[in-house]
Amino acid sequence: MAFRKQWVAALVLAGLAGPSALANGWSDEWGGKLLLTRGISTVEGAGGGGLASWALITGNETERGIGGTAHASWVELPDYSFSAQGVALGFHDRFELSYTRQAFDTEAVGAALGLGQGFTFEQDVFGAKLRLFGDAVYDQDSWLPQIAAGVQYKVNNQSAVLNAIGAQDDEGVDLYLAATKLYLDRSLLLNATVRATRANQLGILGFGGDLEDDYQWAGEFSAGYLVNRRLLIGAEYRFKPDNLGLAGEDDWLDVFAAWAVNEHLTLTAAYVDLGSIVTFEDQRGLYFSIQAGF
Amino acid sequence: MIRSLLLAGLFSAGLSAAALAQSHPPHAQPGELEVDPYTVSDANAGADPIEDADVFVAFGGEAGIARVVDGLLERVREDERIEGIFRASDWPRLRRTLIEQFCYILGGPCTYTGRDMASVHRDHGITTREFNALVENLQDAMDAEGIPFALQNRLLARLAPMHRDVVTR
Repeated sequence: MAFRKQWVAALVLAGLAGPSALANGWSDEWGGKLLLTRGISTVEGAGGGGLASWALITGNETERGIGGTAHASWVELPDYSFSAQGVALGFHDRFELSYTRQAFDTEAVGAALGLGQGFTFEQDVFGAKLRLFGDAVYDQDSWLPQIAAGVQYKVNNQSAVLNAIGAQDDEGVDLYLAATKLYLDRSLLLNATVRATRANQLGILGFGGDLEDDYQWAGEFSAGYLVNRRLLIGAEYRFKPDNLGLAGEDDWLDVFAAWAVNEHLTLTAAYVDLGSIVTFEDQRGLYFSIQAGF
Repeated sequence: MIRSLLLAGLFSAGLSAAALAQSHPPHAQPGELEVDPYTVSDANAGADPIEDADVFVAFGGEAGIARVVDGLLERVREDERIEGIFRASDWPRLRRTLIEQFCYILGGPCTYTGRDMASVHRDHGITTREFNALVENLQDAMDAEGIPFALQNRLLARLAPMHRDVVTR
């Protein structure tokens, strides 16, 4: 059933992308974006920081082409490990489609909870993002940011366990509005995103819960300083719902350094504090991400 | 009588030359190709000057700016992505007006006498990709002059909105 839903989502996304690409004429050139202005890839696959989805469109393309990225990200925590791999396409620096598969390995916690050593939640995240107006890079004579609206459809593969811990659904849709701006005269990149979500720990623990089942607004904030053309250092803070009585959830934060090795490869390392996850407190660790783009 | 007529003639010729010079400042300087007349104005530079004097100093004043522009043009000539755009350019004029423009925008004691960005670039069909290629060459040229990155960005922040007038395709 879940499998069929994934294909439906993929078709819907393709249906959205096709007309956009055709209306603008097919790609007539590759690449052309300035370093780092495509963003990196979030753990949910969108162009952005590591945790926050930004208004930037992924891929190296300008308004005259099509670009894309592939990413692999890992988070090593005291009691868990998390990984995400995905691909994304950027159309004319206007529209973005992404797919990412997340795996959350409970390691010894899985055994302690009777789920089995290394019990792993897996989740597919299908994303689409449309840039609405504003320009993060060129409109330096205006403080107005680039604004984009995005949607993420997430499907978790462990509905029985999710049900047992009080989650109401094994799939969910997040909607977000992101504002991103490079304040070049200060070498500063700022982002603010507001997300409507029912997700527990991104959806890794399902959607909705015994404490709260409705959509809630959650903010995502990033600030970065451009040290040079290739290096952006900064921090992010992501507010999260707290829907599950059994598994209290905290906001997330990270301190990151993203390094554009060249126009194709960006490496990111971060220190992340993910707080409490399924009653195991202080999940602080290291995040590493490799993103390849064209 | 003849002498006074001659004097009057010279005088009036001088006057009209002065009047001509005032209404039509030199659009092209010696060594440059002729250009169609246009209204000379600092507003043609396409950006207001940076008021922080430290930036002009960090660029090494007019001499430093000239080195940045020379470095930029050298790189552009060899950059296959964009050299074609500049192939038919009047290079002495391009160099002079770029120095004037950067000097003016960086708050230096310069006047910009070139044309405005929209009319200069109208017929070139420049793309964002090409615009960005020029930015990268400028960054390389500023790096070579040892200009700190944060101060490079002060200039780039003034140049970036020109994307609207420069990119037509």
